[in-house]
Amino acid sequence: MALLEVNDLHVTFSSGSSKEKDIEAVAGISFSIEEGERVAIVGESGSGKSTTAHALINLLPGTGKITSGSIKFNSSYYCENGETQAEKAFVALRGSGIGLVPQDPMSNLNPVWKIGFQVRETLRANGFEGSKSDVNKRVIEVLESAGLENAKDLLNQFPHEFSGGMRQRVLIAIGLASNPKLLIADEPTSALDVTVQKVILDHLEKLTKELGTAMLFITHDLGLAADRSDKIIVMYKGQIVESGSSVEVLKNPQHPYTKRLISAAPSLSCRRMESAKIRKESVEDDQSPIIVVDSLTKEFALRGKREKFKAVDNVSFTVNRSKTLAIVGESGSGKSTIANMLLNLLEPSSGTIQFNGVDVKEIAKNKKTLKNFRRLMQPVFQNPYGSLDPLLSIGSAIEEPLKIHKVGTREERADNVRKLLDMVQLPENLIQRFPSELSGGQRQRVAIARALALSPDLIILDEAVSALDVLVQQQILTLLNDLQAQLGLTYLFITHDLAVVRLIADDVIVMQHGKIVERGTTDDVFNNPTEEYTINLLNSIPGKDIL
Amino acid sequence: MENKHFVADFANNLDEVDAVTIHSSAKSVSAFSKTIYSLVHNPLFIVSSLILFLLLIIAVFPGLFTQIDPTRCVIREASLPIGTNGEYTKSFHLLGTTGLGCDEFARIIYGARTSLLVGFFVMVISTSIGCVLGAIAGYFGGILDSIISRITDVFFAIPLILGAVALLQLLKDADPFWKVVLTLSIFGWTSSARLMRSSVMETKTQEYVTSVRALGMEKLTILFKHVIPNAISPIIAIAMISMSVYIVADSALSFLGVGMNSSVVSWGVDIANAQTTLQSNPGLLLYPSIALAITALSFMFLGDSINDAIDPKKRRR
Repeated sequence: MALLEVNDLHVTFSSGSSKEKDIEAVAGISFSIEEGERVAIVGESGSGKSTTAHALINLLPGTGKITSGSIKFNSSYYCENGETQAEKAFVALRGSGIGLVPQDPMSNLNPVWKIGFQVRETLRANGFEGSKSDVNKRVIEVLESAGLENAKDLLNQFPHEFSGGMRQRVLIAIGLASNPKLLIADEPTSALDVTVQKVILDHLEKLTKELGTAMLFITHDLGLAADRSDKIIVMYKGQIVESGSSVEVLKNPQHPYTKRLISAAPSLSCRRMESAKIRKESVEDDQSPIIVVDSLTKEFALRGKREKFKAVDNVSFTVNRSKTLAIVGESGSGKSTIANMLLNLLEPSSGTIQFNGVDVKEIAKNKKTLKNFRRLMQPVFQNPYGSLDPLLSIGSAIEEPLKIHKVGTREERADNVRKLLDMVQLPENLIQRFPSELSGGQRQRVAIARALALSPDLIILDEAVSALDVLVQQQILTLLNDLQAQLGLTYLFITHDLAVVRLIADDVIVMQHGKIVERGTTDDVFNNPTEEYTINLLNSIPGKDIL
Repeated sequence: MENKHFVADFANNLDEVDAVTIHSSAKSVSAFSKTIYSLVHNPLFIVSSLILFLLLIIAVFPGLFTQIDPTRCVIREASLPIGTNGEYTKSFHLLGTTGLGCDEFARIIYGARTSLLVGFFVMVISTSIGCVLGAIAGYFGGILDSIISRITDVFFAIPLILGAVALLQLLKDADPFWKVVLTLSIFGWTSSARLMRSSVMETKTQEYVTSVRALGMEKLTILFKHVIPNAISPIIAIAMISMSVYIVADSALSFLGVGMNSSVVSWGVDIANAQTTLQSNPGLLLYPSIALAITALSFMFLGDSINDAIDPKKRRR
């Protein structure tokens, strides 16, 4: 008999007004989890995967409500024909029956309470009886089992003293503290660096296997799901479109949506994208590099410390014309600092940057040459919700660079905006629209159009696709790739995601702690990595062994 | 259900990835129009703006509501009760007369103008000072920020009424209306300065600001074109709410005898004068106080509803 049985579950978010339609987030799904089984639900944002997880423990946010269907856990009904049990039953179920590891380790620990207290609280809430020393012993035990060494010393520390990875371990410890039969892990590592992600997931896997805990894994990453579970459930628009054993679903996908997801997942691809358009032959055959960076260093003064922090430490590299150079590194590796120095938004502590053979420091001395220089290099940033001024219409946002540099007459500029929109495959009728009406991917396309407005030579893409869903991400990458072929653009692609690098970059630089660890062509680095750190990074890409 | 390979039928076609769902016929929704939509669907906003609109009409055209001159006081008709006809002036006193024989209703009608004008001028002046200083401190940072922030702290530490009493003593002989406006403005700008500073500091780190910097836009242009327009909305709500504070403070100063004097028709002056007749005619204290409370409350509600409307998290749909 199955541990968890979900039958024809419907969850609706009511809009609270008669004018707007209620949103059915989960539209009749059925699945089951056996004891000790690991199941992953995969889908894009808005597919209903997290809603499903929260419905199981009756913690639906806002106006969400189970409207019909049944949930049976451990052979008792918690929801039958849309009638949920009283809250009391769920209070007893949560923690000791079903544990939860939430998504964001940064906001899910209460900053004013000590770690020890927060774990102790969970134990007590789930009926752990015993003296104070017994509880403390158990707290140390669960923290240590989650892979935190010296747990005894950690009890009296506060969450802010912990790194993201350590916090996630605490959350795992809390989730498993009362030996639940089922652990729901809702995107447990999507906020963490890949290498940390791997270590934590390895540990979680080992731990649940030892305890015999079943696991429901919610993720947007097909590769990760395949790596970490026996069974995959693919959700699309609140429905299950395909489910089955991980290997079977991945190797032999049947539903068009699953096929689409698999072909878009960067972690599962193994070669560079080819563009639909033929690459422009460089007319002048100019082989001189567009950017030459020589022993670039940036130091930041730390408050209260005499020693300065070196964010970028003696870095030299060149960017070749009409190619893509990717700078890869985990958070804190200094990759974004390099981008800001190239854009002349931050002054280097030492070292030189040459653009088209001229020292940028010389360019920056004169206002006019600096403004000209800015025309030739444009950034696209990560956050699609922060990169456009919410008060400017799409048309004026794209027109703005032309206005600043006084390019063309009013009509010419309007004409240009239309051309740019067409280039990024957006319809003309968006000109009068505002950013709030667009999706993240569409905003990112507008940001690209704006970056292209002044026909720059180089575009710096700072995590430009990191915040997007896989399918949209692939769409934007394809667009970037085609634009590069069409316009002969040079990209500097800054990312933490090695899998994406494989798709788009010609050359790679791997950075760690402000230093370059390894460099080479993408094929070289991926096929024959020499440094341990790079090998480690590559091994951390989920799903690579499946296909 | 063992690990059987389940595949849903393909009946419903897949959507195009990230398709643009906006049709040319649909109306464009700017952040501004969303705010307006949210406002007009908020009963609190409707009620408070209707009351304030009525007050505005009263303040601009007091003659529409009463024919009696509020400063024409006839001592023979002093302290008449509600709804009596004056023997001498032959005029009808809806709310009776004051201890000096002025018509109470006319005084309340004409007093609205003074209160609204004080509130409005102080709001405009103090918010302007606050916005300019706050924006400079937040945007440029560094030593400028330190200096402005410390000055703000100093003014913040002085209680509004106490500081006003002290300053008004110095300005004894100045024009009664403008000295009150000036005094309240000097002590009132600090909260909007603080709010503006933090709002600007938050806005200036947004990526669209970095983008225009990378485009080569001048620093000051960025401040006026991108930072201030995006940072100012919380200030608008606070400015509305602060108007109620200023209107009440104006009356309090009159009550303390340091604000406007009897040469001005104002609710505060009337409340102050009513002290002497509190025992015999408490209505004289009550009516201007009610008028004052309604006005202050309306501004608070208006500010609150604007605050809800510009904050997407609180926005009513």
